[in-house]
Amino acid sequence: MATQTPVPAVLDQTTAAAPRSMVLQVLHDWLTTVDHKKIGLMYIGYALLFLVIAGFEALLMRIQLAIPNNTFVSPQVFNRLFTMHGTTMIFFVAMPVLFGFGNYLIPLMIGARDMAFPRLNAFSFWVSAFGGLLLYFSYFGGSGLYGAGSAPDVGWWAYAPLTAKAFSPGHSTDYWTLAILLTGVGSIGTSINIVTTAISMRCPGMKLSRMPLLVWLYLVMSCMIFVVISPLTAAQIMLMLDRYLGSHFFDTQAGGSAVLWMHFFWIFGHPEVYVLILPAFAFMNEIIPVFSRKAIFGYPAMVAASVGIGFVSLSVWAHHMYTVGMGPGANTFFVLSTMAVGIPTGIKIFNWLATIWGGKIHFTASMMFAVGFLFQFLAAGLTGIMLAAAPFDWQLGNSYFVVAHFHYVIVGGILFSLFAAFYYWYPKMTGRMLSERLGKWHFWLFLIGFHLTFDLMHIPGILGMPRRIYTYEADRGWMIWNLLVSCGAVVQTIGTLVFVYNLIWSYFKGPIAGADPWDAWTLEWSTTSPPASYNFAVTPSVGSRRPLWDLKHPEDPDSNYE
Amino acid sequence: MTFEVWHGLAAMSSPDIVHGSTSIFSPDGTPARSIYGLSMLVLSVTLSIFLIVGGLLFYALLRYRHRASDPHATEEPAQIYGSNQIELSWTVIPILIVVMLFLATARVIYTTEHAPKPAAAMDVTVIGHQFWWEYRYPKLGIVTANELHIPVSDPKHPTPTYLTMSSADTNHSFWIPRLAGKMDVIPNRVNVMWVDPANAGLYLGQCAQYCGTQHAKMLLRVYADSPGDFATWVARQQQPAVQNASVAEGQAVFQHNACISCHTVAGTVATGRFGPDLTHVGSRDTIASGAIPNTPANILTFVDNPAHFKPGVLMPPMHLNGHDLNVVTAYLTSLK
Repeated sequence: MATQTPVPAVLDQTTAAAPRSMVLQVLHDWLTTVDHKKIGLMYIGYALLFLVIAGFEALLMRIQLAIPNNTFVSPQVFNRLFTMHGTTMIFFVAMPVLFGFGNYLIPLMIGARDMAFPRLNAFSFWVSAFGGLLLYFSYFGGSGLYGAGSAPDVGWWAYAPLTAKAFSPGHSTDYWTLAILLTGVGSIGTSINIVTTAISMRCPGMKLSRMPLLVWLYLVMSCMIFVVISPLTAAQIMLMLDRYLGSHFFDTQAGGSAVLWMHFFWIFGHPEVYVLILPAFAFMNEIIPVFSRKAIFGYPAMVAASVGIGFVSLSVWAHHMYTVGMGPGANTFFVLSTMAVGIPTGIKIFNWLATIWGGKIHFTASMMFAVGFLFQFLAAGLTGIMLAAAPFDWQLGNSYFVVAHFHYVIVGGILFSLFAAFYYWYPKMTGRMLSERLGKWHFWLFLIGFHLTFDLMHIPGILGMPRRIYTYEADRGWMIWNLLVSCGAVVQTIGTLVFVYNLIWSYFKGPIAGADPWDAWTLEWSTTSPPASYNFAVTPSVGSRRPLWDLKHPEDPDSNYE
Repeated sequence: MTFEVWHGLAAMSSPDIVHGSTSIFSPDGTPARSIYGLSMLVLSVTLSIFLIVGGLLFYALLRYRHRASDPHATEEPAQIYGSNQIELSWTVIPILIVVMLFLATARVIYTTEHAPKPAAAMDVTVIGHQFWWEYRYPKLGIVTANELHIPVSDPKHPTPTYLTMSSADTNHSFWIPRLAGKMDVIPNRVNVMWVDPANAGLYLGQCAQYCGTQHAKMLLRVYADSPGDFATWVARQQQPAVQNASVAEGQAVFQHNACISCHTVAGTVATGRFGPDLTHVGSRDTIASGAIPNTPANILTFVDNPAHFKPGVLMPPMHLNGHDLNVVTAYLTSLK
């Protein structure tokens, strides 16, 4: 039998702590938070910081390549630049910024108060963030005892055997490996969180068939991450074993296989492209309907296409390896699977077109970036079909054409969709609108810079210029294209600076947004901007895919048609 | 600048520039030509898709833009949720296009990778090194470096050259855009590709797989020789190095230094395998894997400090005094 506790014992009788300074208070608040919105914002801020760093690295490379036989940077520095640029952009810009938006939006869009595992969420962010710091610490600690190298210079694929001790002495490759390994842990943690949240935290009435497409796409993306991060992590561990414990997985000098690493890397690497583009599709699925003032066309087809992309994209990886001598049988298989993934992707583009058709399109800055996405993603998909045709890839693979192609996907597709997402959700996140006037300056500058850079970059590839060269011969006819490409990079930089200025200016001076500035339809717009830490005072209940449409049009609710 | 523009455009459009061109759109060998044919098909299909879909998109954006003057500007447009028939049609049509492109692609893959090897084919072993190319002709007993000589292949009596490739260190890739697509050169693995240049001349390219610090200056030079020229070249390459009393001093310096640990000069004590074979280095147009013209001044500078032209090159500076440098240069230049 329990004795009754005397009342005074349960009261906190310690004296109140002295109030901490404002700065410490804010710092403590952010460092210890498990609120999905704050974690989301930290992901986004962290990614923007690395975007500036990796963008600066790109700018240095473009200066070096503007003219042939330039000596602006040494070959060693150049090789580190492209390695760090690629690694940073994929693992420490694209992944965190997309996770950031997902973290912020998913609970709000499904009427939940937080993610399923708030502390796992915080852990995932911090471990990923630590990975990025570790990667950049290599600039200081990478030489190790050997005095060789600083940052890694093995390319972001880190092909074996270039990563073996014989070719990469010192510790730069180790920092790279550990950084990727840690951020992989964070990605898996966040994916567990997203899947669990989407499956089990939806508000009453939100069946899977009513879940916003954004959440669907994040669900598919997270399931893909389970499959693709594992081989990447396994490969990193094998590489560490090779380097430190004398195993020979990738050590070709001792009978290991360089091609094994390629398979491990690309079974991660190609689905990774879809991991990154699915959230871009997610943003489009929310932004295009709202600014066309129409429901998304073909919701079930969009879900089916997303799941289809998720599955098919797991079987296309070796189209990165058409030139390693896999033989005609394997090459032919990967041609088919790669071209097949274009079909569900095409369905998405057609559905967006049909959504726009018959609408009343409002060309806000957000919608302008979305339109840019549509054209550029279409073009990027079609150059992807060219590269899917293996013999064409025997010529174009590893040339600047490929570099142009995947930057078309990543910048023209993913980054444009991200800019659209920033203009669309910034009011929700901060309570203030981004300046539309600066937004349009940003759009046009970035659009011109983008096309100057990445349209023209296809041409030196066709003219035989391979990627990852720190300089090139003057007699190949590549110079004019490279010079123009470099000019485009400068224009893009100016556009990005306008964007950063807009982010800061609008935070203090932007017009007050209100709860629902875009007259939108999903649940995040039903709460205050920015939302309170508990998101919704009362758990919402929905009867269709567009709960706010139903509220605004009680005479003609969506639930009549679904 | 204007020259560059002209040159770039010309390289894209004109098929008969030999020197300097590395455009994939001026093919001069069977594999490159069949790829060119496929690429024109794929380009025209994808361009059509872009024009049709992009055109529809452009039309929709113009036609359905929100207009303040519209009397119904404040009303929402009709909400349309989808149509299974339409979804089906824009699923089936792309499937048909994919099947067509796939079949055309598979055909080129098999005709290139499964081509029967004619009895008259030449065999060359290609070994990629950081950052140069080793070429061995097993049937002819020739070892050379960086400048590959092969016979022109007459379409009526094809004499293609089969390249059996591997790497001594990291991954490389052999790419002569006008002759064929690239093939990776991978350690502990043997790959085979074939080329059959239709015209005599020089075909350029460079390593297409990042292989280390000097990847950029690992250039490729393929000389397609007429049958007569090729026979002359073979006959000379099969000879041991010329012995010339006037450069004996340079030869002595060469043989008393570390040079012979890495380089071979056939018929002498120099039998190293780590660097390029120098038996006939004087007969080549370039040194340092195509990076610089083969002139006495360049040889002297390269031997003195190889990193001057190629930072990151594996050959160390030889620290010879001025006199030794001069005589070694004279010796190397004499190795015709």
